[in-house]
Amino acid sequence: MSDAAEPNRSDRDAPARGADVHHWYDDEAGPVVRPYAMTRGRTSAAGRHRLDLIAVVVPEPAADDPGRDQTLSPEHVEIVERCFEQPQSIAELAAGLDLPVGVVRVLVGDLVDEELVHVTRPVPPAQLPDVSILREVINGLRAL
Amino acid sequence: MAFGRSSRKKPPVEPVTLKILVAGGFGVGKTTLVGAVSEIRPLRTEEVLTEAGRPVDDLHGVEAKTTTTVAMDFGRITLREDLVLYLFGTPGQDRFWFLWDELAQGALGAVVLADTRRLEDSFAAIDYFERRGIPFTVAVNCFEGARSYPTETVRAALDLDPEVELVLCDARDRESVKSVLVAVVEHALVLADRSHEPVAT
Repeated sequence: MSDAAEPNRSDRDAPARGADVHHWYDDEAGPVVRPYAMTRGRTSAAGRHRLDLIAVVVPEPAADDPGRDQTLSPEHVEIVERCFEQPQSIAELAAGLDLPVGVVRVLVGDLVDEELVHVTRPVPPAQLPDVSILREVINGLRAL
Repeated sequence: MAFGRSSRKKPPVEPVTLKILVAGGFGVGKTTLVGAVSEIRPLRTEEVLTEAGRPVDDLHGVEAKTTTTVAMDFGRITLREDLVLYLFGTPGQDRFWFLWDELAQGALGAVVLADTRRLEDSFAAIDYFERRGIPFTVAVNCFEGARSYPTETVRAALDLDPEVELVLCDARDRESVKSVLVAVVEHALVLADRSHEPVAT
């Protein structure tokens, strides 16, 4: 900020002119809209354990119902839209919406509360998948 | 008309989803490996860590930063309409180990991708999967121009258990990566079979 060392008082009141405009933020400041603003500051959905990255979000028929969900944000609506096209995992939604995983978890949690979607539970934690599924995976990989 | 949809007859298919982790040092080719078999260009998810995040988020050395972004690359393989396999490249930095715990939960297995020029980069991943009993296979990515070693030499250098498979691969080659993944799942199958068998008396 060498040019600010000797502030020119008259310039300060002058109307902003093109390149002279100094932004009060720069890249170091991070995103201008903090990601968790979309969740109104919530970093976790209440009363539910964390959704796995590969948990699949499936829309409920009720989500098709017109006249519902006036309180949903555009991000909520987009999640439901995307899942209507094809049910998607939390990870895919985060990548597709370009939102942090944590934000998507909260938004999906809202939709679950509203009974607009449900979420598949993948393999129970700390448990290996069923042997028959493993065989199917091997066959599937070989057939690719 | 919130979602602008008319009635839909067919209920969506709910696939069973599985994941395999791809671990290894920085620049060893994790994303390349994922991309070689994924039906989608590897996608990136980001987790923003803040000071309000987990207490184990060690920001030592980067105290000036209040947020850190951790990226994980992943790909998808649809084996059947109702069976989908995801591949997750684990974050390379040790600082983000706690994210591995979440990634590792429910994973059917892991690939530890190794580069013979920097074998020490794979120690941490091998140690991690051994401790948690997660089935894993070590895949040595054969970089052009890197000296090749006999697999026994690499095994010894990594101090692998005899039952852990070590394979050579080319992370860019689809067939090569497929065989690595098959090796991982076969290993998982052996372990699963064993845990279901009654203990011999």
